[in-house]
Amino acid sequence: MIEAITDTGERREMTINMGPQHPSTHGVLRLELVLDGEVIKDVKPHIGYLHRCFEKYAEEMDDYAKVIPYTDRMDYVAAMNQEHGYIIGVERLLELEVPERVEYIRVIMAELQRIASHLLGIGAFGLDLGAFTPFLYLFTEREKILDIFEKASGARLLYNYMAVAGLMRDVHPEFKEEVADFVKTFRPKIKELDDLLSYNKIFIRRTANIGVVPDKVALNYAASGPVLRGSGVKWDLRKNDPYSIYDRFDFEIPVGSGEMGTLGDCWDRYIVRVREMEQSLRIIEQALDGMPDEGDVMAAIPKRIRPKAGDIYVRTESPRGELGYYIVSDKSASPFRVKARAPSFVHLSMLPAISKGALIADMVAIVGSIDIVLGEVDR
Amino acid sequence: MKTAEDILVILQNRLPDIELALESGESGQPWIKVPADNIKDVSKILRDDEELRFDTLMCLSGLHYPAEEELGVAYHIHSTSLKHTLALKVRVPAEDPVIPSIEMIWKTADWHEREAYDMVGIRFSDHPDLRRILCPDDWEGFPLRKDYTPQEFYHGVSTGE
Repeated sequence: MIEAITDTGERREMTINMGPQHPSTHGVLRLELVLDGEVIKDVKPHIGYLHRCFEKYAEEMDDYAKVIPYTDRMDYVAAMNQEHGYIIGVERLLELEVPERVEYIRVIMAELQRIASHLLGIGAFGLDLGAFTPFLYLFTEREKILDIFEKASGARLLYNYMAVAGLMRDVHPEFKEEVADFVKTFRPKIKELDDLLSYNKIFIRRTANIGVVPDKVALNYAASGPVLRGSGVKWDLRKNDPYSIYDRFDFEIPVGSGEMGTLGDCWDRYIVRVREMEQSLRIIEQALDGMPDEGDVMAAIPKRIRPKAGDIYVRTESPRGELGYYIVSDKSASPFRVKARAPSFVHLSMLPAISKGALIADMVAIVGSIDIVLGEVDR
Repeated sequence: MKTAEDILVILQNRLPDIELALESGESGQPWIKVPADNIKDVSKILRDDEELRFDTLMCLSGLHYPAEEELGVAYHIHSTSLKHTLALKVRVPAEDPVIPSIEMIWKTADWHEREAYDMVGIRFSDHPDLRRILCPDDWEGFPLRKDYTPQEFYHGVSTGE
């Protein structure tokens, strides 16, 4: 432990604010740091700057379907996955069957979104640590996914594309071709990313052995997604509690191994995201093969949604981890309660436990490595 | 992998004096109803018992039931090693809503309990740092209560109500 020496030789602690407007906080997050020189003694995250009362709005909607656009606005860089989780919850409450073609399109969209989200997460992570170039390369690729989404849904960020037991509209005729094309051109880019960033010496020095999350801590804090897998726990809801049609696909769950330093460090969390993109490509390829060409994606959408009284907790694997929706129905047309369990919220609460003793500059790496989206933290 | 019925039997064997009940709605998942005072003991067994090993609290949600004048918490837990999940529910009267904190059992409950306090006003006893989390510290009322009316001004600024 480094000790700060002042002019008089006494040790002295200082409290400073990092954020709410700080480029590395990825939104509006305030971290109250208690410092001893450069060393972090304690950190208190302050959140709520982006609170938009999602749960209150959800209760005030007079239709379950009207909540879908609001879910988009939680994790706005992975809106498809947010919608997917919510509609699965409503479908299970209603015990609805979902047409095959719809399921396949949803999976393709969800996996494309996962790649787009990881590209942003990884790019911004590199940017925080001073690697400007990869960010631009990755954004070029993300752009291609957004173009596909735009053609299908009309929007580039907040899609409102998935509907209960269906989709808002069918995909465009060239959809399959475009997605296959993307898969083909994107695969070599992952190799390029490895050369540019993953095995870059400076990047490794900034991320290895930093912000170590032991698996016990990760589980006790209910970490999930790449944060949990970075700590070596092989847990992915697409495999361990399959929803939609994920049980039909063959793919691996990449986990951290402490390759560059300690198991569960920032580099491990980073590399899990990179390897996951490869697996998403595998899922997309299989889904393109299996996707039926015919079928009305709007036929099964119910005109009126009135679930029986009861409640359900549904969890899906969003790019950031376990996205849970706890939906309570009281038989009326509006949900009695919708609680969103956001992975970023949970991961951020872990920050004090994993950053004591780190340097301020490492804090930037730690926050970047857990890849939070404040829209989802604050809801 | 155990069902809620199996888990209830194990809990009743381990804690014969506590009144536990398996309940369910017309659709969705069943849950075990736990008296507020016993939630800590029940949670500890759920986490530590060899047959149960619920190592993770997935979600903790605060609820307001205006018809019964009660507040409640729903806990959703799962076990990564044994792969089962379970829902627990606790209800307390709205005029004195106190539930023991389970932060010392599952650390993740810290922020979830703060959120439930912030949104519906449940006080979690023995919580290490029970403050509002999403709303400002000096906000009035609990937004997710069904009878909530937002304040008109906050520090002299209109809230648009």
